[in-house]
Amino acid sequence: MYNFDFTRPTDLSAAVDALRGDGAQALGGGQTLIPVLKQRLAAPTTLVDLSGIDSLKGIRRMGDMLVIGGGTTHGAVAASGDVAAAIPGLVQLTSKIGDPQVRNRGTIGGSLANNDPAACYPAAALALGATIETNQREIAAEDFFQGLYATCLEDGEVITAVKFPIPAASTYQKFEQPASRFSLTSVFLAKMQDGSVRVGVTGAGADGVFRHEGLEQALSSDFSASAVDGVSVSAEGMSNDLHATPEYRANLVKVMTKRAVEAVT
Amino acid sequence: MATISMTVNGKQVSGEAQGNTLLVEFLRQELKLTGTHVGCDTSQCGACVVHVNGESVKSCSVFASACDGGSVTTIEGMANDDGTLGVIQQAFQNEHGLQCGFCTPGMVMSIADMLKNNPQPTEAEIREGLKGNICRCTGYHNIVKAAQSAAATLAGAAQAAE
Amino acid sequence: MAKDNVIGGSMKRREDTRFLKGKGRYTDDMNRPNQTYAYILRSWSAHATLNSVDTAAASGAEGVIRVFTGKDIEEAGLGGVPCGWEITDKHGNPMKEPAHPILATGKVRHVGDPIAVVVAETYQQARDAAEMIDIDMTDLPAVVDMRSADTLGTAVHDEAADNLCYDWELGDAEATDKAFAEAAHVTTLEFINNRLVANPMEPRCAIGDYDENDDHYTLYTTSQNPHVIRLLMGAFVLNIPEHKLRVYAPDVGGGFGTKIFHYAEEAFVTWASAQLKRPVKWTSDRSEAFISDAHGRDHVTKAELALDAEGKFLALRADTLANMGAYLSTFAPCVPTWLHGTLLAGQYMTPAVHCRVRAMFTNTVPVDAYRGAGRPEATYLLERIINKAAQEMGMDQAEIRRKNFIRSFPYDTPVALQYDTGDYDATLDAVLELADYKGFEARKAESASRGKLRGIGLSCYIEACGIAPSSLVGALGARAGLYEAATIRVNPTGSVTVLTGSHSHGQGHETTFAQVVSDALGIPAEQIEIVHGDTDKIPFGMGTYGSRSLAVGGSAIVKAVDKVVAKGKKIAAHLLEAAESDIVFEDGQYKVAGTDKAKAFAEVSLAAYVPHNYPIEEIEPGLEETAFYDPKNFTYPAGSYLCEVEVCPETGKVEIVALSASDDFGNVVNPMIVEGQVHGGLAQGLGQAMLENAAYDEHGQLVAGSYMDYAMPLAVDLPSFNVETAEGTPCTHNPLGVKGCGEAGAIGSPPALVNAVVNALEGHGIDHIDMPLSPLRVWTAIQNASVKQAAE
Repeated sequence: MYNFDFTRPTDLSAAVDALRGDGAQALGGGQTLIPVLKQRLAAPTTLVDLSGIDSLKGIRRMGDMLVIGGGTTHGAVAASGDVAAAIPGLVQLTSKIGDPQVRNRGTIGGSLANNDPAACYPAAALALGATIETNQREIAAEDFFQGLYATCLEDGEVITAVKFPIPAASTYQKFEQPASRFSLTSVFLAKMQDGSVRVGVTGAGADGVFRHEGLEQALSSDFSASAVDGVSVSAEGMSNDLHATPEYRANLVKVMTKRAVEAVT
Repeated sequence: MATISMTVNGKQVSGEAQGNTLLVEFLRQELKLTGTHVGCDTSQCGACVVHVNGESVKSCSVFASACDGGSVTTIEGMANDDGTLGVIQQAFQNEHGLQCGFCTPGMVMSIADMLKNNPQPTEAEIREGLKGNICRCTGYHNIVKAAQSAAATLAGAAQAAE
Repeated sequence: MAKDNVIGGSMKRREDTRFLKGKGRYTDDMNRPNQTYAYILRSWSAHATLNSVDTAAASGAEGVIRVFTGKDIEEAGLGGVPCGWEITDKHGNPMKEPAHPILATGKVRHVGDPIAVVVAETYQQARDAAEMIDIDMTDLPAVVDMRSADTLGTAVHDEAADNLCYDWELGDAEATDKAFAEAAHVTTLEFINNRLVANPMEPRCAIGDYDENDDHYTLYTTSQNPHVIRLLMGAFVLNIPEHKLRVYAPDVGGGFGTKIFHYAEEAFVTWASAQLKRPVKWTSDRSEAFISDAHGRDHVTKAELALDAEGKFLALRADTLANMGAYLSTFAPCVPTWLHGTLLAGQYMTPAVHCRVRAMFTNTVPVDAYRGAGRPEATYLLERIINKAAQEMGMDQAEIRRKNFIRSFPYDTPVALQYDTGDYDATLDAVLELADYKGFEARKAESASRGKLRGIGLSCYIEACGIAPSSLVGALGARAGLYEAATIRVNPTGSVTVLTGSHSHGQGHETTFAQVVSDALGIPAEQIEIVHGDTDKIPFGMGTYGSRSLAVGGSAIVKAVDKVVAKGKKIAAHLLEAAESDIVFEDGQYKVAGTDKAKAFAEVSLAAYVPHNYPIEEIEPGLEETAFYDPKNFTYPAGSYLCEVEVCPETGKVEIVALSASDDFGNVVNPMIVEGQVHGGLAQGLGQAMLENAAYDEHGQLVAGSYMDYAMPLAVDLPSFNVETAEGTPCTHNPLGVKGCGEAGAIGSPPALVNAVVNALEGHGIDHIDMPLSPLRVWTAIQNASVKQAAE
């Protein structure tokens, strides 16, 4: 990889200052960024490692919200009793990201900021209607994700926490790409406190993570696997690669959604 | 170049690192600890797994500078003090859990962390726990047996200590 | 308790301790004083005219010592990378053998073709400078699909306008045609045997180190056969005589075939080291390995099987396109021919077989031997078409095989081999028992109750190992002999140093060979050291591939041990004042038969080196013997594998529920190591069948160029295996009675898995799916079958 300056501040304001420099880039757990740097696909002049900032780490319940610090690792979320009690789907999701070593380093903030179209976390953030809190503002998940690897984060903006509304029920059904073991097509299903159902899909969309309205409507009025059968999931807009055709992905959206419904009923 | 310091296998060490120096490069080139291997460039093969501050990580996906002041354990730190093989290492030999030996250090380090968090894993949990480690020689069969055998030995030792 | 350090004992591996402590010594772990680093700039285009390579800016970059291009290599008059096997085509003409330059000149022919090398003080500097090299290329249409390669109008090499390397055939075409004309049933199968990347976990590495004082070269390299590299590189590329060239392959992190071959990088670092008067090190990263290590398999085949009404095989016809890639790698031409066509009799008494192979040049990475090399392709062809025939004729997959087994040995096949021994019923019976074949229907019903489709697939493989009489392989086009060498050096106090030309890169030679010697000499394994991998220490060697180490290398060791014992008897006879013919050697003692007079092995050894009381008129002092062993025939390991799968009809995902294997490897020295070899082979075979696919797009870009898209088998993809080594039929022509076990798993398992999946999907009217059986492919096959069934 190209060389750069490396800095590891211990408080947020120092990190934000460092990120103001030209060519500065934030480093979360590095589990995606470091392979990208190895391929020389990015050339930051300064890398600002956020992993030393304790205030970005931690999980807490605030009323009907679960708040996860932006620097919290997947492993910490997967092992959290608070998360298991509030949003079991997030435990399922984080315990399926990568492998134990990736989970020990990778963070929720890094995953969301990267918005890899095959990453797991964006499906949960979108399905649960999470709020992404940065050092500058609060962003609703539906505004946050803006296509492949794109978000509305601005230069120097750091994800400090993610607030998840606690649903009545949740589950994550992952179907892995056979090589990378990222999501080929995975579904985060949330049954909200008001009875509405939300379905976040990752790995499938040519434009990245999305919610499937047809499935949500059907399941909101009839929360059953057979309701999924009646929904037509179009292959249009699904991505196409070595591992899956749009038609196959469309099929997986339905199959994974059905499994999700069965998992929580 | 900056000088960084860390505890490696119980010893305080320091050495030179650039901003982009990976932990595995620091271990292999600066500290000459060549037991940690590099088998891929996409953070998948796990030949480079070491422990940083008690957790298993891929040392090809962590910068050396991020470990400044921390504690690192590598395969070279896994034998008993008298130089004999540690429990997991011995289980690998007993069960023929290695062939060419290249992935082995990473396997041992991953299993050590796995058994710390889950002392009595099922076969499925062991296989799932090795998702970050690729072996091309053994078909994993005897690696799984080594993990099971090490778990049994460690459980026996824990019981004896009680 | 029986001793485990003798033949038949599962002695724990002696080499493990260093690997487990992180003290293995792999090539990249080594660094030479004053070392430089090479970074290779490789083509990103599959096929292009190379107009110019401007290295001016790179040459002046920080830390750069020199930038080399193909022009420098040409001007130095170096040879290209040689091919070690010449195939004669069906008209009696030699194959097309285009030059394989160390660095490209004029044209690049595959993504990964090396164009220039930057040598710098650090790897980072070399890589930084490589970005400053200005290359002007004009893209040409890429030859990717073998099926249209002859009519495309674009040639990879000028000397092969139709991209045909050779058109080869084996067997009696006329007899085969006649049998087909008279057959009650003909089964046809068209398939692709998917291209694979070997992926040993240690990427290749080479360090060239030239010593100006002695005019001596050393190459440290990740090789399965250092002497072969010395021969090919010294004689054909760099013109360095053997006594001036040392090739050392230390611990090597897996090979699987792809580290047999002589690669351009080895020649480059050796040569460049002399140019720069400094050591030059090159280490591949994984991405580079994908586009520079020789690939494996890649056949497109049409096969036909003729049967009588009872299911007896009458004839087999195979027509294969075999991908050579852009250049001929070391053993590439022999893989689809002599290692493939000759295996098409399998375990069966098929009276007539005819095989045609057309080897094609394409703009892809060269293809060569990968674990099994030709034999997996042959086994897949046979074992798949037999299951398809059974399916069409409503026969049980075990019964159709049993009807056709060879039961009388030696057996001359219609494809040029003579099987010396075997018992195919025994391994079939054993695997049916092991896998509870009878209980399958109940398990299938249980799976169905969970919405899963269960299938079971059989495969009965045979392979030809221990390659094999030099005179024969010479007649077939090999440009080297295929014997093996060993030296037994008995040290004065009775310890033994064994120098072997075989090379261990995971196979456990340091243990197995010690057992062979310990067993023969009656001394403890701790008294025995196995030395391998260094041409300066070992007299000669042909290396490790084709499951040949024990059958050929082990036999050489036995022959050398026999010579040691024969000389020892002369010495003992003198010491014991007995006739040489009365001396017997057993349990480490030279004894006078019928008396209690004896001398221990170590006493006799010492006498050889301190020859005070010694038959000096008759024999020389010292006790060191070398033997070269040239096998009389191939060995023929064989066995039966049963794979059981569950298929999810909703997603197409295949789960391997069980894999049972019964293998006949003849005699077994270390059962633990043998089973480990089978496990590893199984994982690679199942990986080919279910996961791995080195897919190229139509432009010649390798789509699966990293572990992000090339699916390596992980622990979660595989079950624990049910492996049993049969008592076996010992090989009749080597002194150990061993056959070889390294490739069996990779040969026998792919058709077992595919047969199992097709068996599971029989109800859908599916009779074939090409490997790898990824979720996408299986789901798509189910969809297509449903559409077809609905239309009918």
